[in-house]
Amino acid sequence: MNAIQAKGISKSYRERKVLKEIDLEVEEGDIFAIIGPSGAGKTTLLRILCSLQPPDSGTVAILGRQISFKATEDLQLRRRMSFISQKPIAFRNSVRENVAYSLKVRGVEDRKEMVDNALQHVGLLDLADNLGMTLSGGELQRMAFARATVYNPEVLILDEFTAHLDPYNIKMLEDALISYQKENGATILTVTHNMFQAKRIARTTAVMLDGQIVEQNDTATIFNNPTDERTGQFVKGEMIF
Amino acid sequence: MESDLLNVTLLSIFVSGTATLLASLLAIPLGCFFGMRKFRGKEVIRTITYTLYGFPPVVAGLVLYILLSNSGPLGSLQLLFTPTAMILAQTLLVVPIVIGLTMSAVSTTSKDYTETAIILGADSWRTARTVIHEARVGIISAVMIGFGRALAEVGAVMLVGGNIQWHTRVLTTAIVLETREGNFGYGLALGAILLTIGMIFFYLMKRYQDKGMLT
Amino acid sequence: MKKNQMIAIAIAAIVILAAFSTWYLIANKDKPVSVILATTTSTQDSGLLDYILPDFNSKYDADVKVIAVGTGQALELGRNGDADVLFVHSPAKEIDFVDQGYGLYRWKVMYNQFVIVGPASDPAGINGTALAKDALGMIYNTGSKFCSRGDQSGTHTAEQKLWTSAGYNYTGITMQSNSSWYLSLGQGMGDTLLTASEKQAYTIVDEATWFNLESGLDLVILVKGDAVLFNQYGVIPVNGTMHPAINEEMGVNFANWVTSPETQAMIANYTLKGNQVFTPNTDRKP
Repeated sequence: MNAIQAKGISKSYRERKVLKEIDLEVEEGDIFAIIGPSGAGKTTLLRILCSLQPPDSGTVAILGRQISFKATEDLQLRRRMSFISQKPIAFRNSVRENVAYSLKVRGVEDRKEMVDNALQHVGLLDLADNLGMTLSGGELQRMAFARATVYNPEVLILDEFTAHLDPYNIKMLEDALISYQKENGATILTVTHNMFQAKRIARTTAVMLDGQIVEQNDTATIFNNPTDERTGQFVKGEMIF
Repeated sequence: MESDLLNVTLLSIFVSGTATLLASLLAIPLGCFFGMRKFRGKEVIRTITYTLYGFPPVVAGLVLYILLSNSGPLGSLQLLFTPTAMILAQTLLVVPIVIGLTMSAVSTTSKDYTETAIILGADSWRTARTVIHEARVGIISAVMIGFGRALAEVGAVMLVGGNIQWHTRVLTTAIVLETREGNFGYGLALGAILLTIGMIFFYLMKRYQDKGMLT
Repeated sequence: MKKNQMIAIAIAAIVILAAFSTWYLIANKDKPVSVILATTTSTQDSGLLDYILPDFNSKYDADVKVIAVGTGQALELGRNGDADVLFVHSPAKEIDFVDQGYGLYRWKVMYNQFVIVGPASDPAGINGTALAKDALGMIYNTGSKFCSRGDQSGTHTAEQKLWTSAGYNYTGITMQSNSSWYLSLGQGMGDTLLTASEKQAYTIVDEATWFNLESGLDLVILVKGDAVLFNQYGVIPVNGTMHPAINEEMGVNFANWVTSPETQAMIANYTLKGNQVFTPNTDRKP
């Protein structure tokens, strides 16, 4: 079964067509990367998949269920998935409280151990009692990762989750992501303009250009034998944006 | 004179405190609602509340006097020249401030936190609670500024209270009286008491505000 | 912010309010009959009321609540039925008030004096002038600075009458929008005196206020004693048939009391910084 199934997704802002009839299928348990230059419509696509905004046309099914794009109706489904944005925001609370929030809204009572584990997983246990807002960029992103995974979502969607970070933090976050996927068998969909990251972590890679997915295959094939000419240019770094 | 002073000071705190509390009970929910929702006319409401920030107290007092006068529509309530009338007048003045400032605090945090809460699985009720909780520093500031306006205001309480000794004389109206009588020094001393009350209140609220940020 | 912290603060706020309310209610229970006296700031600020009112309160088991405002506002309070008795100083307006049926009658109570004050340098040279109208003429002709209350108070009304009696068109004076000498302030007496002192201008002031404030002012008395400068106070019980809330009986009691020989004597005995301020002269038929 496909964990994520999108059909014919289109979206325009004023006159500009951002997404053009996109079809996307992500298998359960896959680590799936969408690569492509900035402005290709990747973030918009992710927001639609997360039910944060409706498309102009098209349908999305997550874990076999249709998304209605109405906040209340999608609640149960949303609780089985998670999203990490490029610029996460910390609540005005301690790191621990930030991570506990995801459990609190689900009515989970025994939070301490789960929160500690999630923080341990991203190396933040020492900073647990600091204010979320005082963290550095990398620490903040790691806290966001812990907050998004503490309730073991079956689908995890990430938008440029290591953009602007230093190699140390990138490495920590990538490791955390891969081990999370291994332990939980979750489905991961990540968007990046960094093709090396896709190469490092993804099993399947799709290339998105100008509102369309131009090619999709297992990662090795995409990078070694691209069929689409534009893909070849992009993965070789020859494409001029 | 000393018991008089105590009476005047306590009445000031009572009137302005009650007015601020009433105004907050009314205005914080409204401000939160306006701040979170997107609806037509939101900008109109914003403009109106901002305009009312500068609403002259004496005009609020005059309007209320006309309403509460024995020949006015609410004359039968017999509220004119009572502390209740003064509380009503100050409530009128504080409500727009608390609505406006709550509204801006909430709309700012709403932008940032609504999506985060939704993504992490909050239902709409919990999302609203989160947004308000995150806006608490701004909301507390709104209450502080509202109390400051109530405490310092003189025009409205003078008109609807009447500055009656033992009954409706508060610090600000006492200052007017002392000044008229030429007791400038005593008037200034009353002013110092007024400032001290404001300072104690702001200090307590500030501490609470800082705590609100830390825990 | 912890939930219980929130609750603690809410409870604290409610407890404080409850305590204040209780205090207020206790402080005001079993109070004698309240009487609302609308009067001018001059009677309150001179300290006269503090001196004489305790006698009324004890004689009639009453609690007189003093609303000290301008004469215009005091009359308006009476018209709206928001005061039980008026004690003001603007004879013509008082008589109108009674003629229109708002008041039962008007009795004279006492008078005090207005004086013309100004800078010691006296640029218009009015010092010692016997007639107020001559003094005003000299101020006008020399274009010397003059501060007016400009607030339709009793004092302002008296000033307008003086200009008219001196042969000037008062509206004409105020309409000189470019006039640099006549300053219409729209302020109370104290503020007007302060302004006159700062600007070294002339102004008209009642003696009571003058005695209260003179020590802080750079002004001196230049003209006094002209009969037109006498400032007559009257008492008017408000007509109780207008509004059920009016306490006509107490209003009448007050008028009877303030014009009684005992109270008239008290008024004559009252001094402010060593000066007698008010001269009793009731016209009530015994």
